[in-house]
Amino acid sequence: MALGFFSRLKKGLSRSTQKLGGGLTSVFTKRKLDDEALEELEDLLITADLGPSVAGRIIESFRRTRFGTEVSDAEIRSALADEIASVLEPVAIPFAPDPAHRPHVVLMVGVNGTGKTTTIGKMARYFTDQGKKVMLVAGDTFRAAAVEQLQVWGERTGCTVIAGPPNADAAGLAFEALKQAKAQDADLLFVDTAGRLHNKSALMEELAKIIRVMRKFDETAPHSVLLVLDATTGQNAMEQVRVFRELVNVTGLVVTKLDGSARGGIVVALADSFGLPVHAVGVGEQAEDLRPFSAQDFAKGLVGLPEGEAEAAS
Amino acid sequence: MFAQWRVSFWGITQVFEALSGRLSGVFDGLAKRGALSEADVMEAMREVRLAMLDADVALPVVKDFVNKVKERAVGAEVLESISPGQAVAKIVNDALIDALGGAGAVPITLNAVPPVPILMVGLQGSGKTTTSGKIALRLSTRERKKVLLASLDTQRPAAQLQLAQLATQANVASLPIVAGQTPVEIAQRAMDVARREGYDVVILDTAGRLSIDEALMEEVRQVRAVTQPAETLLVVDAMTGQDAVNTAKAFNDAVGVTGVVMTRMDGDARGGAALSMKAITGAPIKLTGSGEKLDALEEFHPERVAGRILGLGDIAGLVEKAADTLDHEEGERLAKKMMAGKFDLDDYASQIRQISKLGSISGIVGMLPGMGKVKEALGDKDLDTTILKTHLAIISSMTKGERKAPAIIKASRKKRIAAGSGTSVQEVNKLLKQFDMMSSMMKRFNKLGMKGLMRQGMSALMPKGMGGGPPGGGRPFR
Ligand SMILES: Nc1nc2c(ncn2[C@@H]2O[C@H](COP(=O)(O)OP(=O)(O)OP(=O)(O)O)[C@@H](O)[C@H]2O)c(=O)[nH]1
Ligand SMILES: Nc1nc2c(ncn2[C@@H]2O[C@H](COP(=O)(O)OP(=O)(O)OP(=O)(O)O)[C@@H](O)[C@H]2O)c(=O)[nH]1
Ligand SMILES: [Mg+2]
Ligand SMILES: [Mg+2]
Repeated sequence: MALGFFSRLKKGLSRSTQKLGGGLTSVFTKRKLDDEALEELEDLLITADLGPSVAGRIIESFRRTRFGTEVSDAEIRSALADEIASVLEPVAIPFAPDPAHRPHVVLMVGVNGTGKTTTIGKMARYFTDQGKKVMLVAGDTFRAAAVEQLQVWGERTGCTVIAGPPNADAAGLAFEALKQAKAQDADLLFVDTAGRLHNKSALMEELAKIIRVMRKFDETAPHSVLLVLDATTGQNAMEQVRVFRELVNVTGLVVTKLDGSARGGIVVALADSFGLPVHAVGVGEQAEDLRPFSAQDFAKGLVGLPEGEAEAAS
Repeated sequence: MFAQWRVSFWGITQVFEALSGRLSGVFDGLAKRGALSEADVMEAMREVRLAMLDADVALPVVKDFVNKVKERAVGAEVLESISPGQAVAKIVNDALIDALGGAGAVPITLNAVPPVPILMVGLQGSGKTTTSGKIALRLSTRERKKVLLASLDTQRPAAQLQLAQLATQANVASLPIVAGQTPVEIAQRAMDVARREGYDVVILDTAGRLSIDEALMEEVRQVRAVTQPAETLLVVDAMTGQDAVNTAKAFNDAVGVTGVVMTRMDGDARGGAALSMKAITGAPIKLTGSGEKLDALEEFHPERVAGRILGLGDIAGLVEKAADTLDHEEGERLAKKMMAGKFDLDDYASQIRQISKLGSISGIVGMLPGMGKVKEALGDKDLDTTILKTHLAIISSMTKGERKAPAIIKASRKKRIAAGSGTSVQEVNKLLKQFDMMSSMMKRFNKLGMKGLMRQGMSALMPKGMGGGPPGGGRPFR
């Protein structure tokens, strides 16, 4: 996704930021940034899932630079958002398929139910709208009606879905699909995979096998391995990223379900620890509900600021 | 090699012991200082607070818990006790088990006039449909109930088909799919069919919905109004973070949750959401999901989850699990071959698989308290499993003959193997070299024996610069 990706869709995360508005307002109407105030700020970050240690560190740096100053609500939120955005800025990298690869192969991975299949549908919509030829592979041959679910997305987006019989070998299927996609000169091939918990090594080995077998056909494949994370996930996301990255070389993240009340603060901890690109966020169940990841918007959402107001206050 | 992974086991045990010592160390400190002051309790509670936040217990729930326990701890009970430290530890643990629902599982309520409706609700992807299938299987096999599964999910692509397929797997009936009906209409039809055809239980699976989605929350309210379920089960992912409070509150306010199901307890999340759920809804946690298959449904055990949240307990259980995972017969077979000097690349591959089965070691460690610090300490000293994967790939691209006698692998074979495994000739060389070193290491080990090994430690076996090192024994992580 080149620069300006999704710009057509950029209504932003307004829905998820609005509801976060509460919390601080009552607390910070020009008051001294003392211990008590800092503790409240720390609590705010913890309840957003940043985790106690990252929240603690951010507040510590606040203590050093701003302790004892008189601040207004807007100022403090804005400063906090800036602090968080500076952690996120380096990972806010759009997804850009390489046109040299025909097809550019994208492997979707993640634990169960995070939104892999739906995200494939959304990306398929985006790239077909761009005039790209997109093909999908129903690599989840395990879960009930997983194939049919992807087939519906294929119909919705006008993309060919390559599927095998139930319980077929996912690696063999991916290999076949890659061959077909090449023959048809597709731009992109999205490989859906069954959800799997990172602590199940047999299932993780299965993923590694899909990659190995695809490489027999094209040794550069897959060109992207996207780990899909659910924004409601807490501290365990750290372990998910660590293990998936180690075993299948994750190249980027997609964070889903940010239209809910979860604020996805674990993304800050992830950016801090792993620095993996965050390509996009999911903000609904429909094909249009995908947005580029914006460090500023995300940070503002976390602290309950509406978009585009942080600069004004600081 | 067998002995080697025994050694690595011993390493894991050490880590576990170190970890379990963290919290109890705090409590020991109290014991040594005699009488228990408020400051002492505060200090211990800070650790408890951190452990709980790391375990994803929601902040307001943590605060409430810590305050209550503080009250209980600073007082006569503790001062009178002989060992104050132990008393506090026990108070914390007991309070947590209590807060999680106390001992004993709470079964699903079926005492209503049949057909008894059970309503499944929750966020998107939490596991409602799968859990519906699991409960149907359980009720039909264990309690011989005649169960009807009905999907009210008109949102997600192929959701109704998913439930129908699960019904087939569970060998229970599912409501025929009629396109174009609303969830409320489907619910009414399900109840009609169930009454007419004499079903005992109707499980109503609903679409995932966000707690802030007013329209969809209203819809599920209506479904509840027309069906009057005997149970309204909130299905929650065990990996859920702080948002658990919002979910619990919104669903409870809208539909009155009567029970909670925690799914994905087979993962390595510490599962603090269980406590948040119980605290906010007041409803018991009735069941847990421990896998994707339909029989992976279990009763909820508060004491186990308490241990998981605090990290105080079940260290033994974890080590036991690790021991169970390894195939001992295979281990013995490998050990024999090793002693006989006949260890080949097939055996090496088998060994890697054994080690891999253990899964991520820091994953297991993550279930324990203070994981941040310990993981830092582990750092890159954790088993380097990527190299093991590469080795497996390389070996699987060799012929039988090559695996038996690696010496025959010369330049052209190396090229072929590298191409077949998606690696490079250098990587193949590296593997062969390491295998060579391992072989000589084994010979040394045979001479040294277990006693010599214990005396001199692993370094007696390990040539320097072995990269990812041999499996199991590689990179001791202490
Ligand atoms: N509200 C919301 N729901 C989403 C979003 N992304 C996915 N979902 C929903 O989450 C549920 C699970 O999505 P799937 O795409 O099936 O997830 P998956 O990772 O493929 O699941 P498995 O294949 O079973 O592991 C569905 O109900 C989706 O509609 C999002 O961004 N927002
Ligand atoms: N490992 C594991 N996976 C589970 C468990 N329960 C459900 N799953 C998986 O989680 C994913 C989502 O499950 P579903 O039953 O489709 O979830 P849902 O709540 O019905 O999803 P929506 O209808 O889209 O809201 C699937 O891949 C299931 O196989 C569990 O206890 N353990
Ligand atoms: Mg899927
Ligand atoms: Mg469902």
